[in-house]
Amino acid sequence: MQNHPVYTDNDPQTEYSTLNLGPTHPATHGVFQNVLQMDGERIVSGVSTIGYIHRAFEKIAEHRPFYQITPLTDRLNYCSSPINNMGWHMTVEKLLNIEMPKRVDYMRVIIMELARISDHIICNGVLGVDTGAFTGFLYMMEHREEIYEIYEEICGSRLTTNIGRIGGFERNFNKIAFDKIRRFLVRFPPVLKEFEALFNRNRIFVDRTKGVAAVTAEAALSYSWSGPILRATGVDYDVRAMEPYSSYEDFDFEVPVGENGDVYNRFLVRNEEMWQSMRIIEQALNKIEKEPSDIFHADVPAFYLPPKEEVYNNMEALIYHFKIVMGEVETPNAEVYHSVEGANGELGFYLVNDGGRSPYRLHFRRPSFINYQMYAPMSQGMLLSDAIINMSSLNVIAGELDA
Amino acid sequence: MGKIANEELLQKLNDKFPGQVAETGADFGLLTVETNKESINAVLSFLKTDAALQFIYLTDLTAVHYPELEKPIGVIYHLHSLTTNTRIRIKVFLSLDDLHIPTASTIWDGANWMERETYDFFGVIFDGHPDLRRILNVDDMTVFPMRKEFPLEDPNRIDKKDYFFGR
Repeated sequence: MQNHPVYTDNDPQTEYSTLNLGPTHPATHGVFQNVLQMDGERIVSGVSTIGYIHRAFEKIAEHRPFYQITPLTDRLNYCSSPINNMGWHMTVEKLLNIEMPKRVDYMRVIIMELARISDHIICNGVLGVDTGAFTGFLYMMEHREEIYEIYEEICGSRLTTNIGRIGGFERNFNKIAFDKIRRFLVRFPPVLKEFEALFNRNRIFVDRTKGVAAVTAEAALSYSWSGPILRATGVDYDVRAMEPYSSYEDFDFEVPVGENGDVYNRFLVRNEEMWQSMRIIEQALNKIEKEPSDIFHADVPAFYLPPKEEVYNNMEALIYHFKIVMGEVETPNAEVYHSVEGANGELGFYLVNDGGRSPYRLHFRRPSFINYQMYAPMSQGMLLSDAIINMSSLNVIAGELDA
Repeated sequence: MGKIANEELLQKLNDKFPGQVAETGADFGLLTVETNKESINAVLSFLKTDAALQFIYLTDLTAVHYPELEKPIGVIYHLHSLTTNTRIRIKVFLSLDDLHIPTASTIWDGANWMERETYDFFGVIFDGHPDLRRILNVDDMTVFPMRKEFPLEDPNRIDKKDYFFGR
């Protein structure tokens, strides 16, 4: 590897080949294209092309009432859509100054942490696949299915969840949901432990990932990286700890950081985050038991749809129902920025409201979009096979990349 | 270090750039200031490098179109000081016949794609940007679709007009 000849542009022997890496099918890693100049197996330079599944969500959002924007956020990072949904609800609740009951906050925390685990399961599992080990992926995938069953129990859908409402949840968690969450907390830890035993000290895996695509903290911050890949470089920036939302300040958890920001460190940080997420869910379940069990939304009739049977039998409920559905509720004239710690980093919502039916302007700060821009510059001089696992470990989700 | 108070932050900016920076509000505690395109990069560099402020993290860069204003395109920067956990929002308004603004990609590498996205959707031209091309839309697009003159729905639709709803 050290003796590899490097040709320069004025070298008569220069002969680069062009390689189109992608666009791949959406069901693989997502639709990305990188046009690479290759010197044998080594990448000389690359240009990323994105936007293949751009769906103009920011424009669509300008024509929809707030509650109809939640399904759009589903389709950003579709591997952990509940975090996007909750982030959007909390942005609107911040705008409207709605105070959430503690129980709702804890319910949200449970769902968001489950979503984080399911996202990291995919990322770390697929990283194993890309380095040639299918086993870990299959072990872990079974438990992503368990998380999806929990979503199903709570909101009825699996991938694009549209979970929760502005002001709380559409319905309470039932007993089966709680049972499934508890069962997950029992069944998943041994599997995660086994997964770590398979990979963390595996000679092949360590050789493939250690020192690959190492990024310094300065470069990561300059590129506005966030999430696990930033923490792998040693910067302990986590929105949950820095600006706690949804009562994260009530929980006892650690923010794992890495040392040198390489693929191996990112893998370890994600694994540790799954352990921390399970700690948080455990605490949240205990805290929920101390709260009144029938509260699942805030008392904000002007924004939270009343139950159907009341709409038919109660005048106030009918009026509120009409006003919410027709977008006739009063909203303040203000600008709000709210961010949550998504599975890939800081997911921000910049909402400019003019008091109308829909946002005047809504901008998503999408971590995948911002994280991915370093991909082409950092691939320079890298082997093609290293660039592939670098892409896996960045965990770029096409939906979030292109919005 | 604790959060920097908005008054202190504004005072520092006013001392350094007298008459160039104006407060336009602090919705939900987030200080919002407006400046002009001549001083924007000096303001950003000052915020980034000042030892007490250290706004080293560019959270977001985008734009908003207000067609009724004299300078209709507002470029919005969100900065974050990770050591003090303080955020600030900076706005620069541009008129349609002069949509040039200096690039922030000389200060943060991460501004590169955010500026390309802003160019793609609003047509803001970032002077000195290394690669100012469209990023999400197709290359041969001729319009800037996030501007308000491009309605998403049929503008002839009348069933959603406000006067039907008494407002």
